[in-house]
Amino acid sequence: MTTPAKLSVEEILAKHPNAQRDHLIPILQEVQQAQGYLSEEAIIKIGEALKLSANKIFGVATFYNQFRFTPIGKFHIMLCRGTACHVKESQTILTALEELLQIKDGQTTSDGLFSIETVACMGACGLAPVVSINGEFYAQLTPSKLSAIIKKLREGK
Amino acid sequence: MFGSTATKPLAKEVEQAWQQLIKPILGQVKAKDEAQALAYLQRQEVPVPTFFVGAGTCGLAAGADQTILAIKNYLKEHNLQGEVVEVGCIGMCSAEPIMDIQLPGKARVSFQKMTADKVPALIDKVLAGAIPSENLIGQFKGPQTPWPNVGYFDEHPFFKDQTRWVLVNCGVTNPTSIEEYLARGGYQGLLTALLTMTPAQVCDEVEASGLRGRGGAGFPTGRKWKLVKQDDGQKYMICNADEGDPGAFMDRAVIESDPHRMLEGLMIAAYAIGATKAYVYIRAEYPLAIVHLKQAIAQAQEMGILGEHVCGTKFHLDIIIKMGAGAFVCGEETALMHSIEGKRGMPRPRPPYPAVAGLFGRPTAINNVETLANIANIIRYGAKWFTQVGTEKSKGTKVFALSGRVCRTGLVEIPMGMSIRNIIENIGGGIENGKQFKAVQFGGPSGGCISAANLDLAIDYESLKSVGAMVGSGGMVVMDETTCMVDIARFFMDFIQKESCGKCTPCREGTRSMLTILTNICHGLKDDKGRDLPFEGLDHLERLGKAIKDASLCGLGQSASNPVLSTLRWFREEYESHIKQRKCPAHACTSLLTFSIDPHKCVGCGVCKKACPVQAITGDLKKPHVIDPLKCIRCRACYNHCKIKAVKMD
Repeated sequence: MTTPAKLSVEEILAKHPNAQRDHLIPILQEVQQAQGYLSEEAIIKIGEALKLSANKIFGVATFYNQFRFTPIGKFHIMLCRGTACHVKESQTILTALEELLQIKDGQTTSDGLFSIETVACMGACGLAPVVSINGEFYAQLTPSKLSAIIKKLREGK
Repeated sequence: MFGSTATKPLAKEVEQAWQQLIKPILGQVKAKDEAQALAYLQRQEVPVPTFFVGAGTCGLAAGADQTILAIKNYLKEHNLQGEVVEVGCIGMCSAEPIMDIQLPGKARVSFQKMTADKVPALIDKVLAGAIPSENLIGQFKGPQTPWPNVGYFDEHPFFKDQTRWVLVNCGVTNPTSIEEYLARGGYQGLLTALLTMTPAQVCDEVEASGLRGRGGAGFPTGRKWKLVKQDDGQKYMICNADEGDPGAFMDRAVIESDPHRMLEGLMIAAYAIGATKAYVYIRAEYPLAIVHLKQAIAQAQEMGILGEHVCGTKFHLDIIIKMGAGAFVCGEETALMHSIEGKRGMPRPRPPYPAVAGLFGRPTAINNVETLANIANIIRYGAKWFTQVGTEKSKGTKVFALSGRVCRTGLVEIPMGMSIRNIIENIGGGIENGKQFKAVQFGGPSGGCISAANLDLAIDYESLKSVGAMVGSGGMVVMDETTCMVDIARFFMDFIQKESCGKCTPCREGTRSMLTILTNICHGLKDDKGRDLPFEGLDHLERLGKAIKDASLCGLGQSASNPVLSTLRWFREEYESHIKQRKCPAHACTSLLTFSIDPHKCVGCGVCKKACPVQAITGDLKKPHVIDPLKCIRCRACYNHCKIKAVKMD
């Protein structure tokens, strides 16, 4: 999948002229897609454009799991914690990953290389357990397989 | 097996309108005449060797992108003419990557587990005129010459008992080609509705078919449409593609692999209720499905099948895609509508029902993807055709996402009324690694489990309800003797707790309390001196479960205690073992487990030390090794690797 050009908040808002309340979530999604997360600055700008208080926008954005308020790592690891993956021991993989990277789910390593996010289900249940790193899927994982993948990424592949 | 064997002549005006759509397309195909052009589009015949690769999310996760590259490289290196077609999910996920080869004049043959390294050797053999038995799934039936001594695809145990109506094109056709969809009779349902039926007649036909909502609630679809208030103002049609149930991926596969089928159903539904604007609310975790859906909508618009004057009629329809933002509760219809409106996805009490006041306060009908994917066929072939399959109260087929501890995981579409045992043992191939079946969870975190005692139950909405389970959206997670049912109940409650919107006290506080109890059961509760402490257990759990069910505002809360009550009903002894003996019979609850190495058995080979992902094992070569209990994450790597069973798990 191609990565879209890094748009600024202003450029994204320009694509939604006369935006009403029902444009809020798509705008938040586009800003996060472009910048990796939702900064306070971005939210204030969106509020000004939609005539909504930043408070209200935070109220909506914090409701949804997808939105992040801190930057993610160079390699963003999404680990599936759906039922099928759980039955195939995804918890063990998560624990091993947290131990390996010394961060917890929702955090980024201090060198900015890796971040972990657990997702309820990515829909690839037939190939559980599944992890997606920057959009690339890895299936039928074990802690050792994931360890090897992380090592390769660290070494610059 | 593949598609229906129904034949019903089209009304004259429908035939004419469909010809108007297909003729310009046939003109673009390089063929000797229109008949051959149609045959090429339908892939009944191919002009050059054609290679199909399953490139849905599952296929890509298994390495299909490398397979595609390998085929393209082969053609380049050998200077051969050939076409590579990326298709969607045929459904046999555990066999991915799946690669089909169709040579001109011969039947299409399907191969499994075709990773890039196996590609050149296979193509060599097939081009030389031989079909190897290694990696073979089977050949497709059709007008082409069959390969001698090669089994048929639809006789493979995974496919033999399926009735593929919704999944007919998945993994077979190119999902990014509206031309291929049309060539196989696509949009004939829509044309039949628009040109020969009134909206009221469409509703009647769907009601007569007995189709019930496939999202889980099972509400009669035709009746739902009829409830949409007759109103001269704006009305909305919504497709719920939020598929939040962990373990369910039917809707993902349909939208990735055959988006036009869903769109056609959505358009017919919009016509039936008089909506001129439709939304598809699709979860953001399905990026490939979103891409294919956007393409399909653009293609339909370009051909005049969508937009002003749909297919030249007075019917006008716009379709807008809205992406979810990671909230399971937004699968609930009122929460979903709030999310579309740009608000927090919190449900509200009903009445008023969406049919009276829904999106933006207007009359709205909302249907699941699979429900809509059935509509085109019902209109095309008639309600009576649909009722031939299924049970008395549950007509038609249901797509299930079979996963967990079965040999063959994936999507299966079966007629309602098939036994659960048939799906797990024949289609799924039984439990993997020779283990024992324990339970199968239907309906994800809102559903219930079926134990071995009820394996012969015939699947339909009523029969599963009678044993405390439900058909649900289609997730079917199979568990074996190594799965702890208490842990599963805790896992679901953890999920529900995180996804609770927080609005109503019974759900918000009740699920939190239930989760604390379940966590204590799974982890034990100790004081600071390491002594076992008592805690509130099963009686309290059952009372809470009932209270949450009765008092919660929406379906999420009302069904939150289902997995707990269901596992308590069929696996009470397991709960009691955790509480009374502080032991997990399935050896799954890691807090109740300890790993140690028997110094008398250990030969110091170091295999376990190497296998440990957190370096918790120390020991010199040929000397007994030791596990540090503080570092041990209980991943079992050492237990699994030790060939002489010196590692003890208790």
